[in-house]
Amino acid sequence: MNMPFPNLAPVTPEIILSIAAMLLLLMELVFKNKGVLALAGLIAVAVTLYVLPSSFGTTFGGMFISDSYSMYFKLIFMINLALTILLSLKYLQREKAECGEYYSLLLFATTGMMIMASARDFIVLYLGLELMALSTYVLAGIKRNDIKSNEAALKYFLLGAFSSALLLYGISLLYGLTTTTDLYKIAAQLQQSEVSTTLLLSMILIAVAFSFKIAAAPFHMWAPDVYEGAPTSITAFMSVGPKAAGFAVIGRVFYVAFQNVQADWTPILIGIAILTMAVGNILAIAQTNIKRMLAYSSIAHAGYMLVGIIAGTAEGQQAMMTYMLIYAFMNMGAFAVVIMLEKGDEIKDYEGLAKTRPVIAALMLVFMFSLTGIPPTAGFVGKFNIFMAAINAGYVWLVVVAVIFSAISAYYYLRVVMNMYMREPAETAAINPSPSLGLALVISVVMVFVIGIIPSVVIG
Amino acid sequence: MLPKIFFGYFSIAMIFVSILIITRRNPIHSILWMLVLFFHIAGLYLFLNAEFLAAVQMILYAGAILVLFLFVIMMLNLRKEVEVERFLGEWPIAVFVGGATLVLVIMALTTLTQGPVGQYTVEAIQAETHVKALGKALYTEYLYPFEIASLILLIAVVGAMVLAKKRT
Amino acid sequence: MVPLNWYIMLSAIIFIIGAVGFLIRRNILIMLISIELMLNSVNISFVAFSHYLQDLRGQIFVFFIITVAAAEAAIGLAILVSLFRNKVAIQTDQVTEMKG
Repeated sequence: MNMPFPNLAPVTPEIILSIAAMLLLLMELVFKNKGVLALAGLIAVAVTLYVLPSSFGTTFGGMFISDSYSMYFKLIFMINLALTILLSLKYLQREKAECGEYYSLLLFATTGMMIMASARDFIVLYLGLELMALSTYVLAGIKRNDIKSNEAALKYFLLGAFSSALLLYGISLLYGLTTTTDLYKIAAQLQQSEVSTTLLLSMILIAVAFSFKIAAAPFHMWAPDVYEGAPTSITAFMSVGPKAAGFAVIGRVFYVAFQNVQADWTPILIGIAILTMAVGNILAIAQTNIKRMLAYSSIAHAGYMLVGIIAGTAEGQQAMMTYMLIYAFMNMGAFAVVIMLEKGDEIKDYEGLAKTRPVIAALMLVFMFSLTGIPPTAGFVGKFNIFMAAINAGYVWLVVVAVIFSAISAYYYLRVVMNMYMREPAETAAINPSPSLGLALVISVVMVFVIGIIPSVVIG
Repeated sequence: MLPKIFFGYFSIAMIFVSILIITRRNPIHSILWMLVLFFHIAGLYLFLNAEFLAAVQMILYAGAILVLFLFVIMMLNLRKEVEVERFLGEWPIAVFVGGATLVLVIMALTTLTQGPVGQYTVEAIQAETHVKALGKALYTEYLYPFEIASLILLIAVVGAMVLAKKRT
Repeated sequence: MVPLNWYIMLSAIIFIIGAVGFLIRRNILIMLISIELMLNSVNISFVAFSHYLQDLRGQIFVFFIITVAAAEAAIGLAILVSLFRNKVAIQTDQVTEMKG
């Protein structure tokens, strides 16, 4: 039995990123200035982005597929990684959490996400997921002298490990039903046999396990604590990266492997989506800490994106992908503002910000409007696409539910805005400007407006 | 008949030991019962003609992972329990929820229909030896996951060092 | 010959026991052990399927699950160690800093 050397062209982005991550580990020994590592990380992103468009194809005996779907998600991961590096640079110095492995772990986590987005086999999917998850657990606890950071890491780890056990049990049942772990072969196999309760059980387990990664109910409860406790730059990273990767695999698994049993998985996802939107939007109202508020908001956004998946059409999938990209920019922007403020964790810290720091307040206003979904910001385009796709697929009632929850969300987003513009400042808020943070903010705000005004940039 | 008796012993012992594991107050006792469970699982793997996995089960799980647990307990003197809030309420509720889920899962599993049968019959594997058959598959068909696994182990080493370094 | 279903039932029972253990216990170490229990039950069902379906994929998967379980245990225990160090340092004995 001879096997030809596998074609490495489709995996070049992953190879480059993982080599860069390992080089960063070594560079940490040589360079005392951690800024060099951040710069090297950005260079790695640039090189990966450069080779990304030419990496189409399937390789390793069909275990790995690089198509336009995975490409789009990899673009989101690269944006996420680059913005996170920009956010981290000064923040880590301020928090005295500088450590050379930080950037390396970020790169490894992103490699894991890319592997997930490209997985065509459950074995690869699971390993990619664990590569991402293990790196993120460490990153969440990287402020190791801070007990809140430790607890965030612990909580994230315990629930993450639990959910991956559920995922594995679901996969094992699926393997028993079909004798394969290849997504396309599973689809072919499921077409021949009729739907059994075992299949239903395995789909529920897989859906529930993925709902942990995207912070959807019933596995959302880690999000607020972890978002609050983890270093803010990592919170920003976690709120976009693993969520996008989770959606990438949900899209792949449910649209490819389970395409013939769509009628059976739609109710499962509808349940998860409604619960998620309800939990996220209603609990966000009561929050006084902005990181917790953004955590619940990120739960709610996962609910909207699930509506796109539920539509079950190519249009719905595309709307979900677009929303993810938009969400990356607006959420990163909001976290950049939080990092910019010396004391920005509590919502009452934002009182009267418009008087003392008008520019920052205006930026936060844009991001809050975008998260609410008010035109002409990108958030509106994203929501509009998702809802249109769901209506075209015949889920009018679900869209009505989503719109109602979306209206509720305006309350807590606009409360931040109100705090900034209608209240008197207690004192002048201290800020931590830095070129990298400024760059991240400019990129986010420009993209929020560009996508909001010319949606064709990202659609199609 | 004989295999069924053996399986009966193994399954009853494993279920009993599992219940012991989750009910012990002292984590060290849990871990020692876990060791017993791993021996039984390895025995079950031998039943299923997976000699290599039985060996790996003993070497990796019993020899590495459990020892790691014991190390941490002894090093940190964790006897006075590091605790978090529990997710479910009291024991009776948990037993009820668990029992109900179990009934549902088992009812679902009775509808399990086996997938198509592959080419690795017991004879084919025995003719080639189990380790060789597994190794061949691992380094050809499953080369890519194997590479990812190496990255995961690297992360584990780096991550554990980052987190467990001395306070600065 | 033992029927395949017996193995699958056994694995389901151990999986649920592990899940209950994870949800009900407050000791972090026992929660970690419960997760190992769940992973082992998954392994049993993979190996059983692999044997009865005459396909090696299940055993390969088990191989990777064991690898990941080792990595997971290492990271989990490292997180526990760093948490423990901080707790000793500030002399609090319960995780009450955050409310869920």
